[in-house]
Amino acid sequence: MVSSFYRLVRKIREINHRYSEPHIEMSRGVRISLLALRIYLVVLVGLIVYKFVMIVN
Amino acid sequence: MNLFSKLYYKFRKFWKAIQLYLVIAGPGLVVMVADNDAGGITTYAATGAKYGYNLIWFLLLLIPVAYYVQEMTVRLGAVTKRGHAEAIFDGFGAFWGWFSLIDLMILDWLTLVTEFIGMTSALQIFGIPPWVTVAGVVALMGMIVLNGRYWTWEKIALLFCALNLIYIPGAFMVHPDVSAILKDGLVPNFPGGFNGELFFFLMANIGTTIAPWMLFFQQSAVVDKGMLEKDIPWGKFDTLLGATLTVVVAIFIVVVTGTVLKGVDIDSASQAAEHLLKTDHYVGTFMAIGLFDAGLLGAICISLASSWAFGEIFGWAHSLNQKIKEARWFYASYFFTLVTAGLVVLIPGAPLVLITLFVQVVAVTLLPAALVFLILLLNDKKHMGEYCNTLTENLIGGFIVVTIVVLSTLYGISVLFPQMFQ
Repeated sequence: MVSSFYRLVRKIREINHRYSEPHIEMSRGVRISLLALRIYLVVLVGLIVYKFVMIVN
Repeated sequence: MNLFSKLYYKFRKFWKAIQLYLVIAGPGLVVMVADNDAGGITTYAATGAKYGYNLIWFLLLLIPVAYYVQEMTVRLGAVTKRGHAEAIFDGFGAFWGWFSLIDLMILDWLTLVTEFIGMTSALQIFGIPPWVTVAGVVALMGMIVLNGRYWTWEKIALLFCALNLIYIPGAFMVHPDVSAILKDGLVPNFPGGFNGELFFFLMANIGTTIAPWMLFFQQSAVVDKGMLEKDIPWGKFDTLLGATLTVVVAIFIVVVTGTVLKGVDIDSASQAAEHLLKTDHYVGTFMAIGLFDAGLLGAICISLASSWAFGEIFGWAHSLNQKIKEARWFYASYFFTLVTAGLVVLIPGAPLVLITLFVQVVAVTLLPAALVFLILLLNDKKHMGEYCNTLTENLIGGFIVVTIVVLSTLYGISVLFPQMFQ
């Protein structure tokens, strides 16, 4: 069980290393799109958390 | 004689084209028809019951929407020979890759639960207890994938796609007013004015047409099938046929409930089937069978979408062409998601309504990301070469993606804060 867990951790590290750099050409359009996506997700997650807190209260 | 030989030549050419298509056919057709899953059937049944035939025109608009988004996955899969998850990891790095993969896993699992809800409630109408349905579905799906061939799996899935057409005879049996369908259904109109409730229904219909798992599923299926660049035109045709078929089926569902149940509030497709059973036994039975088939088809595809994605990233063998011994983790993750989702439905007092709503909320966190990545990857000249998006494709695809992102986000927000749309 413990060795399986360590194998999984090793595998995840290997994946992170393999894909550490994006291979798509980082043009200005791509950078803007990814930034917009980050903002969108932060706002959305904020709304979900707000709703969750409202339900809990 | 010359005329006959020309006709014979044309017939042979046509027949060869059909034979070629039948070899390529599959991913587009299966993913599109599976899009009419248990949640989709509920949305269409509720739309028909609420607005009659008045929103048929809107459903027709969804054919190009579904086609343009999904055909991009065909090109991406055939050219890069990589699934969507792997393409995101490689293109945008580990952060966006893990985000997409984990989000996909959660969303697929929740959606799978909703498919089991649909299947169990459909068969409960015939007196079959939920545990029998869950056990039967898991066994059936096990048999479908364990034969060790993608081809066989695909043809069985296509058989279930054909069963999805059961709504068409059902619609004819309720004797709808054809002139009313043409008059009210084909002319764009907003019944009762454009209000919050109508907007909610329009968004729900869009939300059921494009789901994140579809992008991951079709691209992985294209890769597993071994489609090449030369197969792209047929892959596109397959997708167009699927998009048309799925909307046609949706329209026939709207016709059934719009004819028989207009004015009745429908919360689920099984509830619609129960109402229909009281008025016409056969139509109600068709609705229940169709709901079960929709849930099964959705479950078949969704569970595979996750397993393929994990296989691609973790480097496990992940093809339906491989036996259990060769692809242990692929099949293990497939059955794990399937069995756990089925068990949730059997838990007494499980928050099934909450799960159904949560699916829509989680979907809006993954769908925009998956669509944006799709457009960006299709513009990556280094990997896509001549199959890169053209300016026209970018304009059409971009417009569709922006529209879907805005509307699905509003749909997600309307689920979180329903009072905003009343």
